[in-house]
Amino acid sequence: MATIRVQEAPFDAGAEQAALAAGRADVGGIAAFTGLCRADDGIAALVLEHYPGMTERALAGIAAEAEARWPLTGCTIIHRVGRITPGEPIVLVLAASAHRTAALEACAFLIDWLKTGAPFWKREEFSDGRERWVEAKASDDAAAGRWRKG
Amino acid sequence: MAMQILYFAWVRQKVGHGAETLEPPAEVTDVAGLMRWLAARSPGHAAAFAQPGQVRAAVNQEFCPPDHPVRPNDEVAFFPPVTGG
Repeated sequence: MATIRVQEAPFDAGAEQAALAAGRADVGGIAAFTGLCRADDGIAALVLEHYPGMTERALAGIAAEAEARWPLTGCTIIHRVGRITPGEPIVLVLAASAHRTAALEACAFLIDWLKTGAPFWKREEFSDGRERWVEAKASDDAAAGRWRKG
Repeated sequence: MAMQILYFAWVRQKVGHGAETLEPPAEVTDVAGLMRWLAARSPGHAAAFAQPGQVRAAVNQEFCPPDHPVRPNDEVAFFPPVTGG
């Protein structure tokens, strides 16, 4: 039921959202999160690397966990890889449900778990040729941790 | 029996390549032991595994702790903590 894609090309968030509601009348709300590339410290681009095969498995597992926890009518995870410049979208997460609470909570869960549970790595490129791997943030671990079941 | 070893992000850059097929000796039984054995293979490997606490692992495409067993024919990947999203 979940749509999972890892791709270099940009995505059309509106079209993806429409696809979750197409041909059905039981969807009461769709929550959306789009992550964009920021120009932190004047970076020229982010280069995203991933682990082909494991990435798709990890994202499918995260989507299945969301579907087990909330009554979703569908969800979508699209993550771009390759070179992405400031202002461009990186990731799209959609969660659809009959009611808004499930959609909003599942959407937050999906992006929080994706950040710590899927094998992507970001490298920052600067205009002077320097490059630097982005380090994992404790705040991302904390955000994922709030969804952990005691 | 060979093991497929994969490297990603700065681990790959330090090792110098992204994949290799190796036959670790029988005394290599878990992820931590495999890291120690790999670190002795070249200066690049040594640099990649100089701080083992900064390297994460997956066995057969599942995240695993250092004490997770490794076996012949496993696909074992090493990489930094993930930074997607």
